Amino acid sequence: MRRNGPLALIFHTIFVIVMVAPILVVCLVAFTPEGFLSLPTNGFSLRWFRTIANYPEFIHAFWVSLGLGALSSLVGLLFAVPAALAIARYRFRGRDVLAALFLSPLMIPHVVLGIAFLRFFTSAGLGGSFAALIIAHVIIVFPFALRLTLAAATGMDRSVEMAAVSLGAGSWTLFRRVTLPLILPGVISGWALAFIQSFDDLTMTVFLAAPGTETLPVRMFLYIQDNIDPLVTSVSACVIAITMTALILLDRFYGLDRVLAGKGDTGR
Amino acid sequence: MSMAAEERSARAPWALTAPALMLFVGVLLIPLAMTVMLSFHDWGQYKGIEPVFILKNWHEIATDPYYAEMFWRTFRIAILTTLLTALLGAPEAYILNRMSGRWKSFFLLVILGPLLISVVARTLGWALLFGGNNGLVNKLLMSLGAIRSPIPFMFTETGMVVALAHVMMPFMVLSVWAALQRLDPQIENAAMSLGASPATIIRRIIMPQIMPGVLSGAIIVFSLSASAFATPAIIGGRRLKVAATLAYDEFLNTLNWPLGAAVATLLLVALVLIVVGSNALIERRYAEVFR
Repeated sequence: MRRNGPLALIFHTIFVIVMVAPILVVCLVAFTPEGFLSLPTNGFSLRWFRTIANYPEFIHAFWVSLGLGALSSLVGLLFAVPAALAIARYRFRGRDVLAALFLSPLMIPHVVLGIAFLRFFTSAGLGGSFAALIIAHVIIVFPFALRLTLAAATGMDRSVEMAAVSLGAGSWTLFRRVTLPLILPGVISGWALAFIQSFDDLTMTVFLAAPGTETLPVRMFLYIQDNIDPLVTSVSACVIAITMTALILLDRFYGLDRVLAGKGDTGR
Repeated sequence: MSMAAEERSARAPWALTAPALMLFVGVLLIPLAMTVMLSFHDWGQYKGIEPVFILKNWHEIATDPYYAEMFWRTFRIAILTTLLTALLGAPEAYILNRMSGRWKSFFLLVILGPLLISVVARTLGWALLFGGNNGLVNKLLMSLGAIRSPIPFMFTETGMVVALAHVMMPFMVLSVWAALQRLDPQIENAAMSLGASPATIIRRIIMPQIMPGVLSGAIIVFSLSASAFATPAIIGGRRLKVAATLAYDEFLNTLNWPLGAAVATLLLVALVLIVVGSNALIERRYAEVFR
């Protein structure tokens, strides 16, 4: 195969710079010592990170986001793991329809989901509640939890399970002692990817959150709508740092390329 | 297999998927159906939502040119974003694919990583780079002599397309990348040994083979751009409305839920038709090529 020529490398360099620039500029501006938006030319300062402490609504929103992401991903997995095992192992009528239904939240615009959930939970008397946010987030993280669990379950060696059954293991013991440990890397990565999706969602959550249940992206969005100042860049820098940490863990555990390429779509 | 075991294995998949199925029917399909129904209800400033069946909202969307203009803007932005990601993302995926192992995985991470970073943070980055008439982007372009006077990026469609293209780029690179993995590098070598110029190789060998990847990437980018909310809301401001930001306004500011539901329903139906239609078209087109 031919190597990249100089023109290709120039294109590549510009491309990468443009891809990184917006993220980099947010992180740089966060360290400005000035009272206004500017690149830190006279040394770095943590003043805007300290200022976050004076805004309890950001800190509260952070805890809401963290709890919401952790819980909804966990609940999503409770539903997704059995469903993934069924889709990976059995050929039954309606299997393709079910798989399509379970992946459909990827296809439906989040603005439509937000509206549908707002209408639904308001008529159910749950409008603006944390419970409503959890249920809504379970739906949007479900495809990610399902896909990674499915990939793990499809690639699993069944002979160990057969050995366990022949030794007299009951179905619960079989799942707990054999199947679950074998698919655990996929399940944990599914949880992490689901967490990131939930932690970052703005479009759907902005319809459902009420004061008190605002998540961090919602709080940031509402803040940016009024004015953009260095405070919101330091909050963004923290969010980027958290996501990066999750990404690195995900990469170590599972391989980021596999996660992003979404290998093993419906196990076909 | 015994009778009992056979019966169990027929019931097992349903028992395992039942909880998820009930969840999806209960809190996805029913709310979606309720939204479609909501779009046929009446609404008034003082009486609120009236559960009657009328076509008022649909009639308003069909006849008021404001909505036609808004939907046309939404799809125009989505089309331009798709073109921009295809024109830049496809060559980049090709260049990436020709890099050696470690650089390849490093740059793949750099380009795909932003996919998982908060859209609000990424759009905020563009708002900072655009920043009025003396933003960094304009300063850079002027010092390079590319433009004479600053281009207005904030609160314009140009700015929205640039920021959206950045947000959507990883999807395009990923999709073309996947198509490139199926390509046999020996074909390229064969063409070269037969005396084809690099331009001919790209046009006759590479392009036709990565086209399915470009097109499926384009479908993803288009549907996500047409329903994008955060980027148009932050870059476009309060005046330049697209479908998602208009629906948001109807729901949370004007409180005319039935009209907002009609806008959302129309967006969903239009996107499903476009995505399903173009998928079918691509499959037929390329089924013929490979037959």
